[in-house]
Amino acid sequence: MNPAVRIQSEDFDPAAEMDALASGRTDIGAVASFVGLCRDEEGRLSALELEHYPGMAEAEVARVAGEAARRWPLLGLTVIHRYGLIRPGERIVLVAAASSHRQPALAATEFLMDYLKTRAPFWKREHLATGELGAWVAAKEADDAAASRWAAPV
Amino acid sequence: MKLVYFAWVRERVGRAEEHVEPPAGIGTVAELVAWLKSRGEGYAHAFENERVIRAAIDHVHARPDASLQGAREVAFFPPMTGG
Repeated sequence: MNPAVRIQSEDFDPAAEMDALASGRTDIGAVASFVGLCRDEEGRLSALELEHYPGMAEAEVARVAGEAARRWPLLGLTVIHRYGLIRPGERIVLVAAASSHRQPALAATEFLMDYLKTRAPFWKREHLATGELGAWVAAKEADDAAASRWAAPV
Repeated sequence: MKLVYFAWVRERVGRAEEHVEPPAGIGTVAELVAWLKSRGEGYAHAFENERVIRAAIDHVHARPDASLQGAREVAFFPPMTGG
């Protein structure tokens, strides 16, 4: 199983991505997914700007996806992470995992999101509704804690 | 050696990338940071709190004690906030 990793500025279609994982197959019994969206933080933001490290972003997401594929018996895995200016309500990230039974697909999806937050080289900057450029979003300790609960580090 | 900077590290340093020839004796990521800090105010500001700065060597996360032997591209950036 080769994970599909895409780092792109364009939007994506979650339903189409999930359908593609199971299309033409009869061995898959579960497809789990997570979609991350841009929030407006109660009207405060006009957009989030996502800076990324081209080359390393693809490599690091592929490493984490490969680790998920080693830990769980997955039959398919797609990870898409966008960069650039993303407006409230728009999609930022997709993780979709397929397996015979639900547990590996659900666990791998959660694992991927925890690790993407702390290891994938992306940085969010706020654009304010007032038209001003806002601050860089600070990393959360809660995200480090979420990643560290998966026994062995990636 | 190529250096690349991202997010507020890039802004503080004042450039996205540069080529440098560190002096002999600079063998680790931490030693490179110490040398960079001596190169001017922007660098000193960017690296003032070394504990929060993350590094990567040739697209792989690297700790401060990681060797620069054979490194082609070294990146410095704040903690990541993707996902």
